[in-house]
Formats: sequence, structure tokens, C-alpha cells
Amino acid sequence: MADDKDVLRDVWFGRIPTCFILNQDEVTEREAEPYYLLLPRVSYLTLVTDKVRKHFHKVMRTEDAEEMWFEYEGTPLKWHYPIGVLFDLHASNTVLPWSITVHFKNFPDRDLLHCPSNSVIEAHFMSSIKEADVLKHKSQVVNDMQKKDHKQLWMGLQNDKFDQFWAMNRKLMEYPTEEGGFRCIPFRIYQVTFLFSSCV
Amino acid sequence: MPVSLLWAVDVYGRVYSLSTAGQLWEQCRDAQMEFKRVTAAQQCCWGIACDNNIYLNVHASDLPVRYQEETYENQRWNPVDSFSERLLPSDRWQWSDVTGLQHQPLDNFLLPSGSWEWEGDWHVDENFEGEPTEKKGWTYAIDFPAYYTKDKKWNSCVRRRRWLRYRTYKAMDTWAKIPSQETTLPDPFSDISCGGWEINEEPRGRLSLWAVSLQGKVWFREGIYHLNPEGSSWEEVSLPGEVIQISCGPVDLIWAVLWEGQLIVREGISRDCPKGTSWAEVDSPSPDVGATHVAVGINVVWALTKDNKVWFRRGVNSHNPCGSGWIGMIGEMTMINVGLNDQVFAISCEDRAVYLRQGVTSSELSGKTWRAVTVPRDGDRSHSSASASSLQSAGCYFCGEARAQSAVSDVESDTERGSTDGASRPVASPPPESSVVAPTDEPVETPKPRIPKVTSDSFISELVSDREPGKTSREGGPAGPAVLEEDPVPGEEEVKAPSASVALSPSQSGGPLVPQWSNVDLEEVQAQTVAAADSADTCSLSSVATYTLAMEDPYGADEHPLWAWVSGGGCSVDSHSQLNWFNSMNASLVQSVQSMSLSVTPAQTAAWRRQIFDQLNERTKREMDNFRHYEQAVEQSVWVKKGTMQWWRDWKPHKWIDVHFALEQFSGPEGNKDGILFIYYNFFEEKKYLHAFINEVTILVPVLNDSKHSFAIYTPERTKQRWPIRLSAATELEMQDWLALLSVSCCDSRGIQGPPSKQAVWSITCKGDIFVSEPSASLEAMPYPTPCDQMFWRQVGGHLRMVECNSVGIVWGIGYDHTAWVHSGGYGGGFFQGLASSTDNIHTQSDVKSVYIYENQRWNPVTGYTNRGLPTDRYMWSDASGLHECTKTNMKPPSPQWTWVADWTVDYSVSGGTDREGWQYAADFPASYHGHKTLKDFVRRRRWARKCKMTTTGPWQEVPPISLSDVTILPCAARSSVDVVPVWAISNKGDVLCRLGVTALTPAGSSWLHVGTDQPFKSISIGAASQVWAIAKDASAFHRGSVSPQSPAGDCWYHIPSPAKQKLKQVSVGRTSVYAVDENGNLWYRQGVTPSYPQGSSWEHISNNVRKVSVGPLDQVWIIADKVQGSQSLSCGTVCHRLGVQPMEPKGQTWDYGIGGGWDHITVRGNCMEPPRVHLPSLTAPASQSPLPVRNTEVNGNAVGC
Repeated sequence: MADDKDVLRDVWFGRIPTCFILNQDEVTEREAEPYYLLLPRVSYLTLVTDKVRKHFHKVMRTEDAEEMWFEYEGTPLKWHYPIGVLFDLHASNTVLPWSITVHFKNFPDRDLLHCPSNSVIEAHFMSSIKEADVLKHKSQVVNDMQKKDHKQLWMGLQNDKFDQFWAMNRKLMEYPTEEGGFRCIPFRIYQVTFLFSSCV
Repeated sequence: MPVSLLWAVDVYGRVYSLSTAGQLWEQCRDAQMEFKRVTAAQQCCWGIACDNNIYLNVHASDLPVRYQEETYENQRWNPVDSFSERLLPSDRWQWSDVTGLQHQPLDNFLLPSGSWEWEGDWHVDENFEGEPTEKKGWTYAIDFPAYYTKDKKWNSCVRRRRWLRYRTYKAMDTWAKIPSQETTLPDPFSDISCGGWEINEEPRGRLSLWAVSLQGKVWFREGIYHLNPEGSSWEEVSLPGEVIQISCGPVDLIWAVLWEGQLIVREGISRDCPKGTSWAEVDSPSPDVGATHVAVGINVVWALTKDNKVWFRRGVNSHNPCGSGWIGMIGEMTMINVGLNDQVFAISCEDRAVYLRQGVTSSELSGKTWRAVTVPRDGDRSHSSASASSLQSAGCYFCGEARAQSAVSDVESDTERGSTDGASRPVASPPPESSVVAPTDEPVETPKPRIPKVTSDSFISELVSDREPGKTSREGGPAGPAVLEEDPVPGEEEVKAPSASVALSPSQSGGPLVPQWSNVDLEEVQAQTVAAADSADTCSLSSVATYTLAMEDPYGADEHPLWAWVSGGGCSVDSHSQLNWFNSMNASLVQSVQSMSLSVTPAQTAAWRRQIFDQLNERTKREMDNFRHYEQAVEQSVWVKKGTMQWWRDWKPHKWIDVHFALEQFSGPEGNKDGILFIYYNFFEEKKYLHAFINEVTILVPVLNDSKHSFAIYTPERTKQRWPIRLSAATELEMQDWLALLSVSCCDSRGIQGPPSKQAVWSITCKGDIFVSEPSASLEAMPYPTPCDQMFWRQVGGHLRMVECNSVGIVWGIGYDHTAWVHSGGYGGGFFQGLASSTDNIHTQSDVKSVYIYENQRWNPVTGYTNRGLPTDRYMWSDASGLHECTKTNMKPPSPQWTWVADWTVDYSVSGGTDREGWQYAADFPASYHGHKTLKDFVRRRRWARKCKMTTTGPWQEVPPISLSDVTILPCAARSSVDVVPVWAISNKGDVLCRLGVTALTPAGSSWLHVGTDQPFKSISIGAASQVWAIAKDASAFHRGSVSPQSPAGDCWYHIPSPAKQKLKQVSVGRTSVYAVDENGNLWYRQGVTPSYPQGSSWEHISNNVRKVSVGPLDQVWIIADKVQGSQSLSCGTVCHRLGVQPMEPKGQTWDYGIGGGWDHITVRGNCMEPPRVHLPSLTAPASQSPLPVRNTEVNGNAVGC
């Protein structure tokens, strides 16, 4: 019988096979091989693409490599959307692996947020967690957590540690039985052109 | 919580009951006549009928009311006739009671009333002090009265034997007139009230029944208890005036209203004097208006005055039954009643509806508001169908799939029919009370087509707009658009007719639309709804609106019940109870939305989860199956969790020291998870550490007490030493976090997940924590079984005193409060939340136990017994040993999980007996105590008890209503899941019970079958081939004959003599082996048990220091042993396994010591895995459970003596 745990695991371990191809306009010293990775659906692009950056840096001069960004069929990919969302929004009908073009020049400032370091992703992630908890528990749970608990959540995501993440995340998903559920159930609606969120 | 009943009488004298689980007042059909008043207790209900007689309705239970009549036959020896019935003139009667003073021939015994019947004829009691007499029950003595023995001696001049006969109360679940007084009472009764069930636990089921006669006299019914439900006689109680009404609470509150409007309060009620001694007078709440009615609970008094005002009495308790002052409350009531838990029921004078006071808690006894109980009666079909259909369809909203609808729509078509009938009936013949309650009027609006919107709010607004068209159509009458209620076609046919109007009938449209909602396919819904709205204005999107239609039906008002009397004395509700009594009328939409969300059944959730899971699987298959060779974006790495804790250090002097604690987790080479625990500490300024491998940890035991949140970590090595790693976290929460994490790690490293297997070995600690271990095939292997200190135990949520299981996965448990529980098939619960716990099958579980302290006193010649002891004496308030001071104020509940639920009370049920104030006497401390004072007694003590309660969660479901003290399940080998499995149990009063209908699919079974015995029992066990062995409270052992699937209760008891001079206390029966434990800790094996002679021949001593034994289906023997040597001390309560048990050598050879101490119970009756014949354990064991090669578990960073 399927358990909630099985569902959670399957959600967490969802992976998208991806092929990273360097944009042809990039200046390289030799030809860049494509790079293949299994991306976790629940993570963020810039968080899991260190290997991609290193791979392409090998064939480029350091001064030619500016901030890395990704594009799929002409659409810049917003790193602050979860990878699974990006895939489902833009490429759900594509032939796998998902082919993403990697750029190191001409950062599209109008479309994308800059992501100078992982702490920016962490800040974004934590703010989403907090937003959700406002709706679920009037942010009581997230406020009661200590700094190290927040860190554990984040490290769990960053290191793809299901147990580490859920040891903390379960607190955010709990509610007293007598209350019969969350105050509100937060969900976010992503659209290809714009984003808004709502709650029931 | 078990289902209980609220009783009420309507203005026509019809008696109704409402179940706490129900939504319908059910009429008591067998009431022959009209009743005036009723008063209920949990086990029965009393009523005054219009013939002025008092009737009793005893609720049927699986336990019969079985009264034992006894008489003694006495004989004297003379040289001529030997023993004969010719006695000396000075002797007692030939047939007498036990004292010899009462003449009691057999034919003097008559049934007390027509409600009783004899069970069999008189028979001789062959059992004498736990031993069979084998001499037709005769016991011998020198003379009357004297000391009797079962053996005839040369000087035995007299003999006697006991005759028994049972009578049972047969008038269950029906109103039976109680036998009228021999001397007829002067005038008829006008009021009755029962209570007093908490004054005294002995005899079982004792009740106080008070009655008021028309002349204002008060009568008390003597002698009501479980075995004499009718009571024996009426006693008049003297009075200061004429009483019109009386109310008796569960404990010691009794108030009555005088004719003049004052109130009187009974004083002096105690355990020994439930009738009380005197009356005190209390003025009416209002000086001008007299009181008319009073109702009392445990700590509350409510009253009504002639102007129907409601009053609450402040400051009432046992010490001050009169209270201190009145507080006026909102509401006008004609009658008021206090039920269990001080909950208040009342009947409003405005609409004659029953109201329940909301928000009554022990801290706020006056509650918050009145709320009408608005469920329909079983005669009012329109109401019932409406509420039923609303709930049914509400459930559908959350049903995942359309195909799950079939059952529901069946029900709906039924209710449909009902609503049609119900609605059309009143038109034909309006009942007489139609004028009493006016229909709620709403302004008539013109019907307007609704356009469903997509936002969530619009769902509500649609429901609102549903009401209006519905309303309008009712008012519009037949001229309006076609609605179901006016359709001439009978409902049943209409359901089948594929016409357009069918699709529009409210509860019908609810059905088909539902799946769309659940799929959140809003467009489609919109389309359908618009289509519906086009064809008729009265379309309702949901049948929530259906009941709105019915409720606002102008004719529906005729059905409104008018109540005259209500009694909540049997109704177990409290402020947290979830009742469905309020939803069907005046329900705001918010409530109905709530009720909808509550009605998502676990099956629906499971189906939904299954669907999601399948979709995820599909996705995984699609997106990942061909790409598994791709590199992972994030490499798996070591993960460390750190914290600070205290550690009970290994070297002397032992004490708690601060340590750093770290758990390092990593993936092993084969992808299995593993980890290491580190404890970093300082040893004389030197930094050292201690570590343990997660895959070697065998158990994590929480050790909660009032000061430390600690837990113990065992490895095989630590188990041998009886010296675990003990750690203490700063807070309970932190401890639980660590425990949950460590336990997930341990399970992961051993590949254990999900619910316990059918073969699992269960055990319980003395703290009530439940552990389960998956046995390896080599656990019972010969000659090299898995050492039992290598068994891995994981905790299961819940709190139990004992647990029993069998090999088809049926597991029963019994709590400290004797509640029976059955395993729901889940795992986790308690602090194992989230991942370590199953989602379904986890239920709230509560347990109650008592904490005891002793009050000690010493006698001195001047003042008698005082609390001034000698300087050498123990504390005057102490624990049982006298070594620790325990006062009423400093005593805390055993751990933070427990909270007090009552005050300190004197405990009279101490072994050795007590006097009337609970004292036990002795010559000095410490000594053996007795219940009466003698000249030589210089000290005395009495025991005080205070109940505390814990609430947790676990995979356990309650099996109401009978409390148990022992249970046993046939340890059968795996068979089909529909086979009925014999389950026997002993109630906490000692009745032997046989559970019917237990199968692997329905582990809780259906009902109890009572098995008659001549005395109370304490232990029972059923082995293979349905051999049932049991031990009575007087330590006699019995074998039950002829138990078979055809005759699940067997036919008779065979008395088995006990081992010489030993009193047996527990028995366990395996495949062929029968083992028993006596009160001195000896373990006995029954010799000579064969299929043809299942009683065996004699007891053979096996071992001492045994507390409990569990014999499994392979005849494996496991015990809980005391006094097991450890590295530091003797340990009590250790799990031990008998080695060398073979078919030809069932007694085995030696003990192998496992987890302990502090263990209280073990059952291996699920483990029927035959061990491999020839093997090496490490090769044959499955990988997930394979014991690791033994190596030193904790290698200290530096050598530290431990």
C-alpha cells in the first residue's frame, strides 16, 4: 500500500535527465562537449549546476566567462523556479533528455535575477518557506525554529538529503489533530509569462 | 471513545435515545407505555412510567449479569451411619449459609423477579482454596465452626460442602418493572435520579437511586449493583420539607428542590454511607422566585427558577457541597440535567428542543453557550434523509475517483426516496404540533440563474444562492419549476428514469458532479452547472443545499420534536467530543463545509494517495528509466548532525556530564545507509570520544522521568553488560527529535521499514513503551541460534501494559487502565512523526494509571496515632519502601507525558485489606500489614492514590466496551485470512471471555461470548489445537475441555492441581508445551501433556526468578527474568530466551539473555518461522536482519573502564 512517505520520496527523488550545450556564440578555446546530468526536480538550477560550470570553464578563458545563465528554445530559464516547474512549464513535451543551452555572456537582466552566490538561493528558498508557513500556521512554526533548523532545511535541499530535509520539514507540515488541518493550504501558480500566488 | 447514549422523553411520553456516534433519536420501541421521566447511568436507564411504576432498562453487554447463589450442606459423623445428615441438636442447620446461622435449604432460593432465570441446576463446588477436592467437594473439620481441610483425618467429625447455582438477569435492553415493595409504598413516585457510581468501586456497578413521591417524600433504593441491577428495597429518607425534585451526581452531590422553592443539599455522603446523613438548606437563587428544578454533577450545580431562568452555583465541591453563590446564566429552560464530565443538557422553554452546553471544561465549568441538538427522530424521515444525504455527498467531494461513487449513489437513491416520502407525507396529514414552531421566513426572491465562478469563495456563494432558489420554489408551490418533492413519480422510479428532471433533482445532481470537483476540473463543472441552471432554476450544485431545502420546508416544522425530559447520566461526552448532533438544522454553511472536510474517509484518502503514487511512478518511468546512467547533479556525501547533551558517564562516580553528540550519516558501498554516533567528552581535561556504529545499535529506549529527558542506546555488548549509553537532552522536544532521527537511521541501516511483520516479537517496558523486533529465521535455530542480545528492537507508538499476538498478524494490547486495543496495522505514532510513521492507522491513545504514596503514623500513649514518628522512623509521607519522602504536594506525575486528572484519594484496595478509613496496621515499619487494629500494632499506614493520564498516538484502535486484564490469541500457523482465530480474554473483573469474529482482516472481532466460571480468573492462554489453560484468582489452574472451531467456548473446566505450596499466576501454552509462572517467580513445565490427555500429569520446576513467560507456536520459550547479572548490578526485567528447546526436549537447557532490564512483557507467539535445519546463522539469515559479526561495539577513544 502506498504511504505518504512513498509519495514524499518519489517527489523528492524526481529527476530530469538534462543535456547542457554551450551556446555557439561563446568564445571557446576548443570545442565544448555537451554535459549530461540528472537534475533533481525539487532543487534550483543554479544550485545544482556547479559541475556544468566547471565543465565549460575548462574550454574557456576565464575572462570570457561571465555569469552563467540558461536558456531553452530561446526562453531564459528563471533559476528561482524549481527545476521541475521549469521543465513542466517550458519543456513538458520535449524529447528527453531536456536540452538546455548554457550562456556565459549577455545576461538578460530584464528576464532573470542575478544569482551571485548560493546564499541568494537560500534567501529565496527560506522566504518561500516562510510565506507558506504564514498561510499554514500563521508562521508560528517557522518562527519557533532555530537558526540551525533553518540551516538544516537548506542543507538538506542543497545536499539532496531527503532525511535531513524532512527531519525538519515535517514540523512545517504538522498540525494539531484537533484543528483538523492547516489554516490555509498554500500553493503557487506558475505561468509561462507571469507569476502570482493564491491561497484557499 | 465508546459509544454512549443520551436519553430523552418527548411531550407524548415516548422515550428516545441518541447515540454519541449517531445522528438520529431512536425511539425505544419496546416501551409498553408512556414514560414521565428517565434517569440514566452508563449501564442502565431508569424511568417512571405513566402507571407510576419504576422501570429499569439494563443495557445489554457481552458480560451477562450472573449472580451466584450458594449454600452449604453440613454433615456429622456417627459410628452407625458414618457421615450423615443427622446432626446434633446444638449443631447448625443441615443446609446453611457459610456462617451456619441462616437456614438455607435449596428450595428456599427463589428468583427475585420475572427478569431473572436460573442457569442450570444446583451443583457441588469441587474447588477448595485453589485445589480440586476430588471427594465430591467435601471438606472436613473437627467440629463446626472450625478450620476445614480437604483431607479426611482420623479426628474429622464433621464435613460440609458448598452448593452453587447461578441466576442470570434476562431483561436486557428492555424496560422491566422492578419488583414492587412487599409493603406497598404510600403514594406514587413523581421523580427519580440515579448517580453515585463513583463513590465506591466495590461492589462493581454500584448505583444510588433516589426517588421522590407525589407527597414530597424522598426514598433511597438500597442494594443496586452490577449483580443486582434492580436493587433490593426502598428506604425512606427523613426530610425538612416536601420535595418536588431531586438530583444525584456521580459522586457525592445530591440536591433537591422543596415545594416552597428552596433547595436542600445532602451532607455526609461517603464511601460507607452513600445515603448521607443530613440535609442543609440553600436559598433559592432569586429571592422572589422559587427554584423549580436542580441538576448536579461532580463539581457543579445548575438550577432553574419558576421564571425559567438558569442559574449556576459557584464554588461547589466535595468539601463544600452547598457552594457559595448563584450566577445567573443566559437562556430560559424548563428542565436541566448534568451528565458525565459535568456536561449540561437542558430543554428550552421556547422551542422545547434539547440543548447541550458548549465549552464546559474542568476549568470552565459553566461553559460558554447553549447549542441545540438538532438531529431528527427515527420517525421523521425527511429530516433524517436530508442530513444523511448531505453527509454522504459531502464525502464525495473528496473522493478521488468516479468509480468510488457507486456505493454512495446507492445510499443517495435511498435517501432520495426518503426525502420524497418525508416531504409529501406532511402535506397529506399535518401532525398536531404544526402550530408550535413557525417556519423561518425569508423574503421571497425571484429565481435567478446563477453563474458559477471559479474562485473558491464562489463555492460558498453558490451554496448560498442555492438556498434562495430552493426556498423560492418551495414557497412558489406547484406552480414553480419542477422540483423533486412535488413530482408525482415515486422517488425510486425516478432515480432510474433517465429524464431531464432526474438530473436536476438536488441530491442526484450532487452525485455525478462530484468527481469533477475532485479533479479540480472547473471548466467542466461550469459547463454542467450552467446547463443545469438553464433547464431549471432549482438545480443545486451540491446536496448540502438539499437539506437546506428540507429544513426550510414549511411543513418540515411539524416534525420538530418537543422534549419533556432529558438525562445525560449515561452520555459520555466532553468539550472535545466530536458530535454530529448539530449539523442537520440551523447549520451555518461554515459548519457544513467543516462537516464535509471531516467526512473524508481513510479509504478515500488511500485511493487518492494510491493515484498520486501511481502517477509519480509513471513519471519516474518516463523521465528516468532510460537515463539512470547519467551523473547525479548532487553527489551524496556525509551528513553530520550535532548537538549537546548530557551523558551518564561510564566511570565512577557515575553522574551526568555535558558532552557533544554527533551523528554522522553516510551511504555505504552498496548504497545502504549507515552512520556512526560520536560522544565527545572531557576526561580530566583531556578530550576523548566514544563511538558506536548505527548498524550495531540494537535499541533506543526513552527513559523519561520528571527531571531528565533521557534515553538509552544499547548495542549487543552494552546489552551483555546491562549498561547502555545513557544520554539526556535539554528538552523533551529535542530528545524526541534525536530519538526519531536515530531510530530512522537505525532502521535504514538495517533495511527495516513499514509495519511490523506478522512474525514480529513484541515487548513492553515497565514504562509502557512498546517495542517490536523482526525475528530472523535463525532466532530459533538449533544448535546455534541468533544470540538474543543481537535482536534489533524498534519502538511503536502507544502506551500499553501488555501485548499479545499470533502468526497471522493479529495483535491485541491492554492499557494500564485495562482498555483493550487492537493493532491497526500501522507503525510509528508517538514521537515518530513524519517519515517514521505510517499515515493511516494512527489513532489517539490515552492511558490512565495511579500514582501511590503512603501516609505513615505511629501510636503513642497520649494522643493515639499521630503523624509524629520516632526519629528513626520513615518519612510520615513516603513511597512504598519508606525510603523516599513523597508528599501530596511534591509528588509529580511520572514524566512530563502524564498529567494529573483527579485529586488524591484514599486507596482501599490494598492487599491485606484496610479499615474503614483505609488504614493498615502493623507492629512496626517495615512489616506485614493487616486491615484491622490489634493491641500489638504500634504503626499504621494508608495508601493514597492519584490518577494521571497520558495521551499519545499509535497504531492502536480501541476495542470497547469491556476492560480486560489478560488476552490470548491462538498462535496458529499462517492460514487463509478469513479463518476465524480464537481469542480469549479475562475482563478486569475476572470474567472469562471468548472473542467472536476475529480474522486476519477483522482483528478486532465482533463481540464477546461470556464463559461461565465459578470464580474470577486472572490469566489465560490458548495453544495449538485450541488447548485453553487458565489460572483463577485463587491460583487454581484450569484446562478448558472441547474447545474447537465448532464450539469456540468449549464445554467445561478441568481443575488442575497447582505445584505443591505454590500459587500460580500466569500460564502460556504453545504448540504442545504448557508453562506457568507462580507468585514466587518459579517457572513450571507441565509434564505428560498428550493429545489424548491434554491436562498432563504433573508440574516440573524449570527455573526461578521468572516474572512472565511466553511460549510460541514452535514451543519456543521466552521469559522476562529478574536478577540477571550485569557489569554494574543485578538487572530486573530482562528478556531471556530458552536455548536447546527441541521437539524431544521441550524444556530446553539454558537461558540466553537479551534486552533489559526494565522490561515487563514479551510475546513471541507470532514467530512461527521454522528454523533452517543445518546452517551457519550468518549465512542463512536474510541480509536485512543479518546479525553482524560480533566485534567491540564501543571503542573508546582512549581506554576508559566501563
